[in-house]
Amino acid sequence: MSAEFDITETLDVKGASCPMPVVKAKSAIDELGAGDVLEVVATDPGSMSDIDGWASGTEGIELVDQEEGDDVYKHYVRKTE
Amino acid sequence: MSTDTPDASADDAPSRAELAARVDELEDALAEATGDGDGKKMSIIATKGTLDMAYPPLILASTAAAFGYEVTVFHTFWGLDILHEERSKNLKLSSVGNPNMPVPNAVAALPGMDRVTTRMMEKKIADNDTATIEELLETSLDMGVEFQACQMTIDLMDYDEDDFYDGVTTGVGAATALEDMADADIQLLV
Repeated sequence: MSAEFDITETLDVKGASCPMPVVKAKSAIDELGAGDVLEVVATDPGSMSDIDGWASGTEGIELVDQEEGDDVYKHYVRKTE
Repeated sequence: MSTDTPDASADDAPSRAELAARVDELEDALAEATGDGDGKKMSIIATKGTLDMAYPPLILASTAAAFGYEVTVFHTFWGLDILHEERSKNLKLSSVGNPNMPVPNAVAALPGMDRVTTRMMEKKIADNDTATIEELLETSLDMGVEFQACQMTIDLMDYDEDDFYDGVTTGVGAATALEDMADADIQLLV
């Protein structure tokens, strides 16, 4: 995993709980092009596992990085195709 | 004779185009057999209409859609209420028969208690920013999830096709559900 990437767009899903962070991330990434990186900012602790699982189980996207802050979880997902 | 030989062998051997067609055919068959075709599929049968049991099929359906699954949810019996535009906003939760609820059965069975436990749950849902049933249903519809309402139970419950959310498929039965299940990578009964 490389920490060097440009964020194309940021999706704020603070406050939202399962399944909304993943569902909203899917809608947001559909709007992006190949190579773009979506930043997802969540407060749901379950999003660490869920976004990871979604990115590895879904074709056309990959997890670039995840950051765990103070009650905020940031996820970076790249659209690969 | 020597000039005939190449012709004769050319007659026996399949042409390049025939071979290419055969390779395509085999690749299609392989893709179908290994499930690497266009899409993964999930089929859910939703049979319950209490507030707590309405969540699992909708959460799984919307999440599977986010994974790129083609999702069908077949609603039957009380599960129909999830698709019923009016009833879906008033789904109830009961403490009776649920030992995990903080109310003893003898008290839970008193008149009006279902309303109390439902309000408690609705408040928790709102306080926790959990999506409502309506939100999950609308989101799933937007994501292309196919919701089917069992025709036999529509008639049994005396519902009308217009009672359901726009986009809900009616006029389907067990055979349709079975066909979906047979074709799906994941099948669930909720």
